[in-house]
Amino acid sequence: MITGFVALYIFMLAAFTGYEIIGRVPAILHTPLMSGSNFVHGIVLVGAMVALGHAEGFWQVLIGFIGVVLAAGNAVGGYVVTERMLEMFKTSK
Amino acid sequence: MGFWEFTVEASYFVAAVLFILGLKRMGSPKTARGGILWAGAGMVLATVVTLWHPDMHAGVGRYFLILLAIGIGGAGAWISGKKVQMTAMPQMVALYNGMGGGAAAAIALVEMYSGAAFTHGTTVLGLAIAGAIIGAVSFSGSLVAWAKLEGIQKKTIKLPKQHLINAGVAILTLIVGFLILTADGGAPGLVTILLVLTLALGLLITNPIGGADMPVVISLYNALTGLAVAFEGFVLSNPAMIIAGTVVGAAGSLLTLLMARAMNRSISNVLFAGFGVEDGSEAADGPEGEMKSVEAFDAAASFAYADSLIIVPGYGLAVAQAQHKLWEFVQMLQKDHDVDVKFAIHPVAGRMPGHMNVLLAEAGVPYDLIYDLEEINAEFPNADAALVIGANDVVNPAARTDESSPIYGMPILNVDKARECYVIKRGKGTGFSGVQNGLFFGDNTRMVFGDAKQVCTDLAAGLKQL
Repeated sequence: MITGFVALYIFMLAAFTGYEIIGRVPAILHTPLMSGSNFVHGIVLVGAMVALGHAEGFWQVLIGFIGVVLAAGNAVGGYVVTERMLEMFKTSK
Repeated sequence: MGFWEFTVEASYFVAAVLFILGLKRMGSPKTARGGILWAGAGMVLATVVTLWHPDMHAGVGRYFLILLAIGIGGAGAWISGKKVQMTAMPQMVALYNGMGGGAAAAIALVEMYSGAAFTHGTTVLGLAIAGAIIGAVSFSGSLVAWAKLEGIQKKTIKLPKQHLINAGVAILTLIVGFLILTADGGAPGLVTILLVLTLALGLLITNPIGGADMPVVISLYNALTGLAVAFEGFVLSNPAMIIAGTVVGAAGSLLTLLMARAMNRSISNVLFAGFGVEDGSEAADGPEGEMKSVEAFDAAASFAYADSLIIVPGYGLAVAQAQHKLWEFVQMLQKDHDVDVKFAIHPVAGRMPGHMNVLLAEAGVPYDLIYDLEEINAEFPNADAALVIGANDVVNPAARTDESSPIYGMPILNVDKARECYVIKRGKGTGFSGVQNGLFFGDNTRMVFGDAKQVCTDLAAGLKQL
C-alpha cells in the first residue's frame, strides 16, 4: 500500500508536473493536448483489468467487465483521435 | 518481491515516465506527433504486463473475459475514432473521456462491493468513494455533453428550481458517501444508492449548460476523470494510475481555466448559470440598422485587389466543412494576385481552443500562416480587408465598448478596424450568446449571406472570372 505522506508527496509532485507541462503551450495545441491527456488517463485500463481479475460473483464480474470495455474504449479512442489530430501539424516548408 | 511483481512495478514506472515525456512533447508543434507515440508505447507496455499482475487470481477463464472486454471496447473505439469527422472531434473526446470516468467508477464499485476497499483504513475508503462519485459524474455528464454536441439531445430540458434540485442531489450524494465511510465492513445497498445518485448528478449538472460553454465543461470532466483515476490508483496501490491520473487532473484543470479565461467566463459561471441561447434565434436588444449585403463575386474582386487580407474562421466554417474550399480560394489569392493572407484564430473559435487550427491543418493550411489573437490584433488597422466566416460573438465590438453587454470584456478580434470587413453568414441570427452584433451594421462592413462552403466555392469561381 502506498499510504500516508508518501502518497501525498507523489500526488503533489505529479500535480506540479501536470501544471508545468501545460503552462507554456501555444493555444493551437490545446485541443490535441486535451485529447492527449484524455488518452493518458486511459491508464485506468490497467486498474479495470486488475479489478476484473479478482472480482467475485456475477455482479462484480459484470461491473468489472463493463469497466474494462469502457477503459479500453478510453485508451484506444483517445489514442486514435489524438494521433489523427497531430498528423495534420506540418509546416509549409 | 517476486520476478513478475518486480517486472510489473518496473514497467509501470517506465510507463509513467513515457506518459510525462509524451505529454511534454505534445506541447510543441514540432515534437507533438512523437509525443503521442511515446505515450502510446507506455500504454501498451502497462497493459501487457498487467496480465501478470499479482492481484489477478481468478483463474484462466477470467483472462479470456479480460481480453474479450479489451477487444470489444478497443475495436469499437478504434472504428469510431477512425471514422469520425474532424468537426465532430470535441464530442468524441467527451465520449472517450466519459468512458474513462465510467471505468474509474466501475473499479470503485468492484472494490466496494467485494469489501476490499474497506480493509485498508478510512483514507483509502474515502478515496474509493470520492473516485466513484467523480468518475460517475464525469461519465454521465460527458455523455450529456456528447449528446448535445452530436445533436442527439436538441432541447435543454428545463426543470423548475434546477439549482435547488442539483444542490439537493449533491448534498444527498455526500451524505450517502459519508454513511458508506462510517459503515462497518461493506454496505452494498448504500453503494448502489450512491451510484444512482452520482449518475443523476452528472445529468443534472450538465443538462442546463449551453452549447457554447460545452468545451469548458468537457475539459473540466477530462480533469475530473484524471482525478478519479488517480484516486482509484491509491485504492489499488497502482502508481501508474496515481501518477498519470494526477498529471492529467492538474493539466486538465489548468487547461479548463485557460479556456474559461479566453471566453471571459468563470468556471462557476459556466456550471451554475444559464447564459447562452441555444440556437441563436432569439435576439437580445442591441444595435439595429441596415445590413449591406453583396454577392460573393464582388467580394472576390475586392480581395483580389487587396494587398493584405486577414481571415477569421468561426464555427460556421466548421459546420459547413468549408475549410478545404477556403484554402483553395486562399491559394489562388496568394499565387495569382499576390495577396498577403493571414488567418486569425480566436482562442475559442470552433468548439475548443485549437479546434479551428486542427480543421485548418486538415485542409492543408500551414500553421505559420495562423496567428493567435494577441499576435494579430495590432495588424487589423493596417489590413486592406478582413473576412469573417461563420464567426459572430468573437468579433463583436460590443465586447470592447458596451459595458451593459453580457459579453463585455471578452477578448475579441478587432475586425471592425480593418479598412473593409466582409462577413460570410448563413442568416441574420445572433451568435451563441444571443447578443446582436453591431459589426454587421458598420459602414465598412459587407455581408455575404449563404452557406460558408457554397460562398467559398463562389469566391473561387469569382476570382477565375476576373
